[in-house]
Amino acid sequence: MPIIIVLVVLAVIVLGLLGWVAGSYNGLVRLRNQLENAWAQIDVQLKRRCDLIPNIVETVKGYAKHESGTLEKVIQARNMALAAKTVGERAEAENILSGTLKSLFAVTEAYPDLKANQNFLALQEELTSTENKIAFSRQFYNDSVMTFNTHIEVFPQNIIAGMFHFVRREFFEVKDEAAREAPKVAF
Amino acid sequence: MWEAIRANRRRSAVLITGMALVLFALGALGGNALAGPDGAIIGLGVALIIWGVQLAIYATNAEAVLLTGVFAKELKREDSPQLFNVVEEMKIAAGLPFMPRIHLIDDPAPNAFAVGNKPDHSAICVTTGLLHRLNRDELQGVIAHEIGHLKNRDVQFMTLAAVMLGSIVILSDVVLRTMRFGGRSRRRDDERAGGGQLQLILFVVAILFAILGPVMAQLLYFACSRKREYLADASGAQFTRYPEGLASALEKISQAQIAPTFANKATAPLFIINPFSGTGVPPVQSQATNGRDARSTFSLFSTHPPTAERIRILRGMTGAALADYEAAYRQAKGTGLIGTQTLSADQPQPVRAASADEPIKTRQQARDLSYRAHGYLTVHCNCGLDISIPEGYEQDTIRCIRCGRVLPIPAASVAVQSQTANPEPRTMQYTRTGTGSPRSERGWESFRCECGRTVQLSPSFNAPHIRCTGCGRDIQIS
Repeated sequence: MPIIIVLVVLAVIVLGLLGWVAGSYNGLVRLRNQLENAWAQIDVQLKRRCDLIPNIVETVKGYAKHESGTLEKVIQARNMALAAKTVGERAEAENILSGTLKSLFAVTEAYPDLKANQNFLALQEELTSTENKIAFSRQFYNDSVMTFNTHIEVFPQNIIAGMFHFVRREFFEVKDEAAREAPKVAF
Repeated sequence: MWEAIRANRRRSAVLITGMALVLFALGALGGNALAGPDGAIIGLGVALIIWGVQLAIYATNAEAVLLTGVFAKELKREDSPQLFNVVEEMKIAAGLPFMPRIHLIDDPAPNAFAVGNKPDHSAICVTTGLLHRLNRDELQGVIAHEIGHLKNRDVQFMTLAAVMLGSIVILSDVVLRTMRFGGRSRRRDDERAGGGQLQLILFVVAILFAILGPVMAQLLYFACSRKREYLADASGAQFTRYPEGLASALEKISQAQIAPTFANKATAPLFIINPFSGTGVPPVQSQATNGRDARSTFSLFSTHPPTAERIRILRGMTGAALADYEAAYRQAKGTGLIGTQTLSADQPQPVRAASADEPIKTRQQARDLSYRAHGYLTVHCNCGLDISIPEGYEQDTIRCIRCGRVLPIPAASVAVQSQTANPEPRTMQYTRTGTGSPRSERGWESFRCECGRTVQLSPSFNAPHIRCTGCGRDIQIS
């Protein structure tokens, strides 16, 4: 009789343990998916910015022929961003791109015809908003990374994380404070 | 956030079962009083039907019903790219997996709300008064507040409450008003027909509603805890990383002092600022005029916390994280607000800089947006007047009401049929007049399809053809 009781108690403990492992594992997977989703969102916005750049460069070219140096730099930064492989590289290239875009918009200040152009205004709104979306998706991504990293490092979840190879993720960081701000597109 | 979601789920369950119990009890008692045990069963059946209809409305198209109730019209992306961008930015910041639809109410009172019974069935609604008062940062703050409601699942619960309790409130208003104004003639009719029984039933029903109406209204106010508004403010500040945007928006909204024409008792709790509160009257002024009344209505009937307090808390934040809001709230109220589970996942966030100034829409531009959403056709007269013509106007010309010129209404004409094989659908063609009205938002052009539907061309439209949303015909643009 006592053996049966011991067996039942053991079975309950084992079942409880299994349930906890499954629950923690599922929670981690959910967090990881959210993270990957957030990363995909940044990717979408960065791509969108790269798609918008040729259009805006074309429009500006028509009005501001003497600014080919600035335009050249924007195109270069865009190609660099497209070629980047790792998260760190990508972040750096995107920061440079943000900087060159800022100087491009500063340059357009001197061309009143350009500022009255319907097409340019629409593109400018799109680009401003895309910059914002990049910032907000990065913000959400970094929040998700923080939650994920905390989850896989605290005891006892770190046992499960180690068992199923959940690894720390990199933050998408902006180097200096100036680059964190979207380029000011004031007219 | 997690605590808020759990609380809302619990409240929804309580509301649905509570509503069922109240309705069933009233049905059974009412029926019993009228016609004994048989009547009780009939009364129960009627109650069951009312409850079922309420649930069905909630489950199927609650947001459509509520949005129609406030005369909102859905906007398309090309109508207002900026508004769409702002909503999308906040959707990304909140990590929502779906994009809410955007509706516009043409009303000078600035306000906004969100509805929806399911996450993927939600809509955010703003007024034209809001659009022409707020700059981008402020608009972002308001939208972030609404997205915060969506994220906390407040919207689902509030929609449920508006449908279940609000329907009874409105029904009781209607019944009582008919009794008051139409009672006499009906009584005479009934006596002539010998319908004493019917009269009695009507009387009992009226009494029931007279009791039920105010009780439900009261419940509706209890349902919308003010804590929820503070929580949405906290998420708004966190998503935008810019508490000042929402604070200054709330300030502008509360200073507007315009009574809205669209809200009713059922939908009032949904709005960002209570449309009936007479807005956030400055305390000094209210003290001088009707101080005691204003105070007591705040404490008893207010669906929203005093706006001045919300602004003070937002301005008291030292960072943009939830913990900063919690600290500011603690300082103002002395108690905590946000659940510990949510706070433990919180990280310090710096406040970002204000974004560049952009021109705010003029009142006319905001109204044009609403006209476009409602399918109005704009004809520009040489005397400088813009004439907005509603859909369904059938003549081909219109006389300018200022100078008397007869103006043709732009319309697509049937294209020459090239092939005989497939006569339906016929293709149409429309020649652009080049410019839209100079006064309405730059460059929009509108014309009428043969089916009567207005087709709008955005300034950046440059495709060779467009599909009519009414008849689906292909219209060539030249």
